[in-house]
Amino acid sequence: MSDRSTAERLLELADDELLIGWRNSEWTGIAPFLEEDVAFSSIAQGEIGHARAFYELAAQELGTDADTLAFDREPEEYRSAPLVELRLVPDWARTIARHWLYETADAIRVTALEESSSSEVAGLAAKIEREEAYHRMHADMWAERLRESAERKRFEAAVEELWPYSLGILPDSQREEFRATVGETLGLPLPDAEPFERGVHTDDFFPLWEEMTSVRRSVAGASW
Amino acid sequence: MIYEVFRQEREGQPFQHGGSLEAPDLAFAEAYAREFYGRRNESVALWIVPREAVREVDDPYVADVFDRDYRRVDGYSIKVKLKEARELAAKSAGAPSADESRPHSDAESG
Repeated sequence: MSDRSTAERLLELADDELLIGWRNSEWTGIAPFLEEDVAFSSIAQGEIGHARAFYELAAQELGTDADTLAFDREPEEYRSAPLVELRLVPDWARTIARHWLYETADAIRVTALEESSSSEVAGLAAKIEREEAYHRMHADMWAERLRESAERKRFEAAVEELWPYSLGILPDSQREEFRATVGETLGLPLPDAEPFERGVHTDDFFPLWEEMTSVRRSVAGASW
Repeated sequence: MIYEVFRQEREGQPFQHGGSLEAPDLAFAEAYAREFYGRRNESVALWIVPREAVREVDDPYVADVFDRDYRRVDGYSIKVKLKEARELAAKSAGAPSADESRPHSDAESG
């Protein structure tokens, strides 16, 4: 886990997973058709489950608990990548572009985690990968469908728009592999834009934080 | 397009109809079938069949004119015959409660 603390790295992962799960869950009830509604909601729930597992490992390092990390931090303490903060409903093309970019990046990140020197982290990564393989299959399937549809241009524009955001998911060392994978599938040159890095939240993050933490904050310190 | 999904709960068991789903093509049908019937370890195998491939038989009743129960795939039930035999035996012995005093046998089929 390079030179940064394990807890810091775990929090980035957990925050990304919580927020992408949250954003994907905004499609519950309004997805393009019922089967997809169920599938996408389930993927959203899967991501939040992964967030919980990462928060629990981070909480062990930091001497706290998962809920405190997930819901009791100030907005500036969240380490999420800007990509997962964006509110994209009701734009399905951009949602699939993000889903596909996120899952592709996440695969690289989780594979690297499986080599972690911490057996707990490596074990969790291997467990998560089994579920992520399904998420990836779903994302690839949709990306292919949109690429081969009449909405191809719209999907490609969405990928280009979100590309600099998606770079922010991964550390520098993993970005070349990511660029190669995405470029190869898309068959298009990817823009050389400046990546949106962690540490500066998008405007979309703040209302999300407000809503996400509102119930916990309504009765501070309560035990549920 | 509607697909019918069949699932096998454990290896060696027969496939049973799990339900149906709607998907734009077979790849989506597979993804949704996994989602609905596979991700909680409730199935070890899945079959997906386009509904249009299923031939519905209109009038499945074939008149059973002669007593040929023995040809039925499930064999013929001896439960009824056993009950009749016991009643007959009880009657001829003149003891209506003889049936209850014996250990109960649950034999159902041959």
